[in-house]
Amino acid sequence: MPAITLEKHAVLTEMAANPAVAALSAFGPDFIRDARFDRSELTLTVAPENIRAAAKAAQDAGYNFLEDVTAVDWFPAEPRFQITYHIVSHRHKERLRLRAFVDSVDPSIDSIVPVWVSADFYEREVFDLFGVRFHGHPNLRRIMMPDEWEGHPLRKDYPVEGYR
Amino acid sequence: MSQFVETNTLIAPRPEDPTKDRTMILNMGPQHPSTHGVLRLVVEIDGETIIKVVPDIGYLHTGIEKTCEAKFYQQVVPLTDRIDYLSPMSNNLCYCLAVEKLLELEIPERAQWIRVMLNELTRLNSHLVWLGTHAMDIGALTVFLYTFREREEILRIFEHVAGQRMMTSYFRVGGLALDPPLDLFERIQKLNKRMPSKIDEYQNLLTGNPIWVDRLKGVGYLSAEDGIRMGVTGPPLRASGVDWDLRRDMPYSSYEKFQFKVPIATEGDVWARYVIRLEEMRESVKIIQQALDGMPEGPITADAPKIVLPEREKMKTQMESLIYHFKIVTEGFPVPAGEVYQAIESPRGEMGYYVVSDGTAKPYRVHMRNPSFATLQALDTMCKGRLLADVVAVIGSIDIVLGEIDR
Repeated sequence: MPAITLEKHAVLTEMAANPAVAALSAFGPDFIRDARFDRSELTLTVAPENIRAAAKAAQDAGYNFLEDVTAVDWFPAEPRFQITYHIVSHRHKERLRLRAFVDSVDPSIDSIVPVWVSADFYEREVFDLFGVRFHGHPNLRRIMMPDEWEGHPLRKDYPVEGYR
Repeated sequence: MSQFVETNTLIAPRPEDPTKDRTMILNMGPQHPSTHGVLRLVVEIDGETIIKVVPDIGYLHTGIEKTCEAKFYQQVVPLTDRIDYLSPMSNNLCYCLAVEKLLELEIPERAQWIRVMLNELTRLNSHLVWLGTHAMDIGALTVFLYTFREREEILRIFEHVAGQRMMTSYFRVGGLALDPPLDLFERIQKLNKRMPSKIDEYQNLLTGNPIWVDRLKGVGYLSAEDGIRMGVTGPPLRASGVDWDLRRDMPYSSYEKFQFKVPIATEGDVWARYVIRLEEMRESVKIIQQALDGMPEGPITADAPKIVLPEREKMKTQMESLIYHFKIVTEGFPVPAGEVYQAIESPRGEMGYYVVSDGTAKPYRVHMRNPSFATLQALDTMCKGRLLADVVAVIGSIDIVLGEIDR
């Protein structure tokens, strides 16, 4: 496979016709914080406060199906948590990865349940395993671990054998 | 009843208006024969009519995603088997494709075709278990014995090829673990020839059965919009009329070279899901036949000595291979930094692996997007307003595996 990697500027200029890039660029020049086209996957990074608007714009641009919401813990770097959304378009047959970074102090981000109901379980999972709260989530409580569990197991500073 | 926050508050009586307090809370599971694992459903019923269903999951949570972070890339493969234990090959394939995408590794055609063939066998295997247990849940015990007869043969083939009946781990990053045994293709051919008549047999047992029809038709309706809104994938989504199959629409592992139909129905009920899965089995048989007929010759692993273990013979006779072998086993192989998401069409729907690498020999993060997890969210919509007995039929029709929901 030919390895084509495009960084932010190249994505915004060369892929301007891409429906997702076009839809998110319409919000203004700084809306897309970072962009990358790597291993034939498009990644757009937006500010955490804009995630719901970005998700709505992507949905309106034909990216109709939310596949996945998850997080990556970049401990000890700041901003620590990377929230990742994978969205696929049945019409364009293309996939989009949206990302937003949140800090380790009171990690929280807007919920996208108003845009896609399917985010419900995924956001609960991220809340449970990473401790990132989602504003506006209808039922934010632990999903995998018991309700009285201490800590968030998928954080990098969580010991593999648990707290004793 | 606004929300199920705590079970205690759920069950507690509501003294403020006793005349309106007609509903009852019922616990289904975690030990219930029809939940196919350990799923607990909290069901609110008014008489026999369902008002709300809330799934409570996590009983099988074993922290596989956390475990992956402590393993070398190659060591993660056996963990993926244990997620969806009814379709281990799909998990293997999806994980391997994701890591191969990170490595930008080219897989030889023969390995790709064998992967496709075994994946379709896995689909048959999984659908056979589904059909047997689904029918058993509804009360048709006989079908189970028939479907497990063929499933047993598939498991024997898996054992023959991988040395393991269920936890196969046959696909490796960079290709396959071993050369397929000599008589593998003949055995698959023999089974494959038999399969269409066997599917007819299941259909004869069920399709005309008035009890089966009554229990399935019109039950568990899900509209196409709701399906997309709630993240439903695979046969349940196609039964609602959404024409989407990753094998055809975003092909991987040379699926684009195979001709097959994607069955679609518009009814969106349990019956449609039953019909779709039976049709999918027939299509799988066709794909396996095409793979057997056109199986290319060539190597089964990529030409990447730093990633793929050398052959045993070479390892014992050549110094260089010995060094590579030692290095791969003790240190793993570094994977370039980056993130990929690879999705495949597993028997239950879209299975995706999100792998993040920081450039070391161990994955920084592995996340699995499992079809059952998302589909379970639609359970409430499908059951609302129906009878309690229909819950069993609906759970059977979405074909959940709790191992992959809880991970």
